[in-house]
Amino acid sequence: MLSKMPRSLLTGLSLTFALILWEIVGRHVDPIFGSHPLAIAEASVALIRSGAIFKALGESLQPFLVGYTAAVVLGVPLGLLLGRYRVFEALFGIYVTAGYAMPLVALVPLLTLWLGLGFAVKVAIIFLMAIFPVTINTWLGVRAVPKSLIDVGRALVAPDSVILRRIILPATLPYIVAGMKLAIGRAVVAMIIAEFFTSMAGLGAIIINSANNFDTATMFVPVFVLVMLAIGLTSLIGWIEKRVAPWQAEIAGRQES
Amino acid sequence: MGTVSLKNISRQFTINVDGKPHNVQALRDVSFDVNDGEMVALIGPSGCGKTTALRIVMGLQEPSAGQVTVDGVPIRGCGYDRGIVFQHAELLPWLTAFENVAFALEMKGIKGEEMRETAMRYLDLVGLKDSARRRPYQLSGGMQQRVGIARALAIDPKVLLMDEPFGALDAQTREQMQNELIDIQARTGKTVLFVTHDLDEAILLADRVVVMRKGEVAEIMQVNLPRPRHNDAALLRMPEYAELRYRLWSSLHQEAA
Repeated sequence: MLSKMPRSLLTGLSLTFALILWEIVGRHVDPIFGSHPLAIAEASVALIRSGAIFKALGESLQPFLVGYTAAVVLGVPLGLLLGRYRVFEALFGIYVTAGYAMPLVALVPLLTLWLGLGFAVKVAIIFLMAIFPVTINTWLGVRAVPKSLIDVGRALVAPDSVILRRIILPATLPYIVAGMKLAIGRAVVAMIIAEFFTSMAGLGAIIINSANNFDTATMFVPVFVLVMLAIGLTSLIGWIEKRVAPWQAEIAGRQES
Repeated sequence: MGTVSLKNISRQFTINVDGKPHNVQALRDVSFDVNDGEMVALIGPSGCGKTTALRIVMGLQEPSAGQVTVDGVPIRGCGYDRGIVFQHAELLPWLTAFENVAFALEMKGIKGEEMRETAMRYLDLVGLKDSARRRPYQLSGGMQQRVGIARALAIDPKVLLMDEPFGALDAQTREQMQNELIDIQARTGKTVLFVTHDLDEAILLADRVVVMRKGEVAEIMQVNLPRPRHNDAALLRMPEYAELRYRLWSSLHQEAA
């Protein structure tokens, strides 16, 4: 029965059920230790009326967009080079692998020493968290490009740069998009970490301030905004992928029902 | 002009089997010519080196020893004097049929109106003018291979190389494509070297059949059936056809006997 329902209906049902359950359980919890959807909705209305949530969202989005865009713009070419050139991979691959595994939070104090507490350090933290998934996915994607497609370029005497740009890059696009989606989640986390550890601003500031005032319901509002932001941006990337790479959905063997 | 000569081509490579290196002699001292305007079939059991020989002629692989010349000039890698049709078409999935053909022309440095006009002309030649804007996944296997043929012919090579071009198609489509190839070759006068494991295909299409066994040329057979040939009852009922087919079959089965 479930397999015949449209996807959006299934997701909606699941969400409704989860919210009702939370409302029932959350009402019995001390409002300092937890909250429930209706209380959070009330707190949202207050933050929307005062405009505080929009101002905070704006403050958070600026370094987010700069850092994330830089991560994609630099991460994709880096991944292409790592995947394509054995020597480049042997020389620099280790740093990318290490950078991905590194607990970046541990470096935040050092970054603030270098870059201060302002806009630059936030961009740097977001950039460093977002670039590795983009690079690693691109890297793996290039290595998965069938040799037979590269032979098409070679047989046409295409120079290496043309093979990279016109064959390997489009063939790697699904991997790049997957990396960009993973990077959204990491960049959102990085944005909040940056706001906690550097100058208090944006959505992170609302979280910290309301938590310090034991206003748990208000604290949940920016958390929801962040979740919706991440989901929204991820679907935006998926939508863009369908527009620029319509062939991908057609050749993938996914069960669409 | 378009005379291809293989002179004492050998090729060995090393493969790892259970972690131990094994030397494989893919080709040993292979020599034969394909004359201008001639169609030559390379036939032999799986693993006899026929595809390796074709890839060496294209320049996609280097011989360990020996030399390939086109009109007396030794080849250096791939070149526009040779065009290749791959077994599985290998169209770029993100490009339309038209764009796949145009890509080859662009690589050769043909641009603008000339590129558009030439690409359409070759799509027309293979009967796909009306499907020019379709992407590969919107084309049947036979149509994809037609685009592959149009792409190879569009750069106007002296020699057309084909690696089991119809091997992945169903029997009916294969017959139809064989007839069309005969017509295309008659119209363009191209020199054609093609790999096949199909006896009937070899006799139907080729002027001469090069039989390969274990990396060596075992025999070269002349096909003296009248042209134009077509895959029809008249040809199949010729005593010469049956005689030739039997001789070829015996040659291929010698090793087993």
